[in-house]
Amino acid sequence: MDMWTYLEYGAWALSAVLGLLMVADWLRTDSTYSEEVLTSSREGELEAMTEEHHLEGGQG
Amino acid sequence: MTDTDITSQAIDGMGPHGTKVGLLRVLGPAHVWALGVGIVLVGEYMGWNFAVGKGGAYAALIACWFAGILYSCVAMIDSEVTSTVAAAGGQYTQAKHIIGPLMAFNVGLYLTFAYTMLEAANAITAGYLIDQVAGMTGHQGGIDQRPFIILAIMFLAWLNYRGVLATLTFNLVITAIAFSAIIILFLSTSGVIGAGDMKHADLLAGQASLPYGWIGVLAAMHFGLWYYLGIEGTTQAAEEVRSPARSLPFGTLAGIMTLLIAATLTWYVCSGTLPWEFLGDGVNGSVAPLFDTARLSGSQALVWLLGIGTLFATLASANGCINDASRAWFAMGRDRYLPGWFGAVHPVYRTPYRSIVFLVPIALIFALGAPLDQVITFSILSGLLEYTFMPLNVILFRKKWPLATIKRGYEHPFHPLPAITLLALCSVTYFAVFLGYGTQLVAMIGFYIVVSLWFHFWRYRFVNRGAQFTMPWPRPEGY
Repeated sequence: MDMWTYLEYGAWALSAVLGLLMVADWLRTDSTYSEEVLTSSREGELEAMTEEHHLEGGQG
Repeated sequence: MTDTDITSQAIDGMGPHGTKVGLLRVLGPAHVWALGVGIVLVGEYMGWNFAVGKGGAYAALIACWFAGILYSCVAMIDSEVTSTVAAAGGQYTQAKHIIGPLMAFNVGLYLTFAYTMLEAANAITAGYLIDQVAGMTGHQGGIDQRPFIILAIMFLAWLNYRGVLATLTFNLVITAIAFSAIIILFLSTSGVIGAGDMKHADLLAGQASLPYGWIGVLAAMHFGLWYYLGIEGTTQAAEEVRSPARSLPFGTLAGIMTLLIAATLTWYVCSGTLPWEFLGDGVNGSVAPLFDTARLSGSQALVWLLGIGTLFATLASANGCINDASRAWFAMGRDRYLPGWFGAVHPVYRTPYRSIVFLVPIALIFALGAPLDQVITFSILSGLLEYTFMPLNVILFRKKWPLATIKRGYEHPFHPLPAITLLALCSVTYFAVFLGYGTQLVAMIGFYIVVSLWFHFWRYRFVNRGAQFTMPWPRPEGY
């Protein structure tokens, strides 16, 4: 076997390791945190804060 | 003027408005540049030269500049709208706010398909490049490209999974190297430094100037898009940049300027070195024209530099595509246009981790099971549908919310001229695509009609209608 055959095996192995790392972390995360927390992201936080800032500025 | 001022720098960042875990605002304009240019620059290293095959080198240059106008319009329009709609999802979120849910659903799918297929095409190319390196080192019989194709996708998906700052800083470094390689090749071979070896006068004379006449110029427009396809991807970073109103227009416009320079220099050095028949055959002739130009220069240093540049450009593109496809998918999940499960954010890495992982097998199926030219064509078609939406989007945006009603981070000039120009150039490109890939064009439009019907009659009942309009804009004009 030459170097490239070893590299092919190395690429298969590294791909499997990276895939397993992602899946393991995914499952661990899903079992550690509630679905409510994980899916709590809301669009427009910056805009909401900008609006709030203006309202506070107007009152102050 | 209303109180709506997204350009304020006083209160940048995430806030306690329901979000417990959100995407992280850590990016600057350089990352936006790296995202946009990183996705596109591979088109300079390979792919654009199919335009030469369609109509000769001059046709490819005309296509380069016309496509350059098209994408300058895209960049300007995008910069204005996205500096106001600064949320993940990019054009999907713009469509949701400005046109309506059905358009948004379609645009979200255009984005996901365009980027996922481009990612697959890049992985196929990375496998091919490694096979070439194996051949150059004396390996006989070729290598099994599959493990390298899979590794490229898995490594970049893992990087994206672990955090956006590392992902786009990595893109910034490898994109800067790939762009610098083009500049160095130009300086070394054009005569700017030392004796040049450009042969435009010989290679582009007589029949070679426009071998298929003006219809060839029209046909070249299809692959002319390849010089710039993906620059609009900068908008997907909107929810992760520290100052969207400033960073997004700056990064996007700097990106299109970089690409206009890179595209023109690429055409100049390649068409002045390689005969058009060889340059235009991207399958059996010049697969990687910049690399082939470096090889003909006789400089071993340039061969290495452009070889590395080709591989880096390929990886940067795939990396940016994973970033963008996952943000579009995530945004659709968050609004329940898709199952809300996809709208999850990783509590440690602050990335849309489920969307990233879900799209990995889809990219692998296309990368391992579909021919490269078909994958590229479907990516271009999805992109083209998206560009057709943009002029309609900006015309409606200006009509519903004139300049006096919402303060923009950037106001694009000469409205509606860029929108009309973009629409006209899209029409020309549809015709060019129809000439070469009419069946795929019809199949793609048929697919989007079917999924639109599915969305209208079934999926829309699940959409989170109350929460999908998040921008604190005033009531639109006329409503």
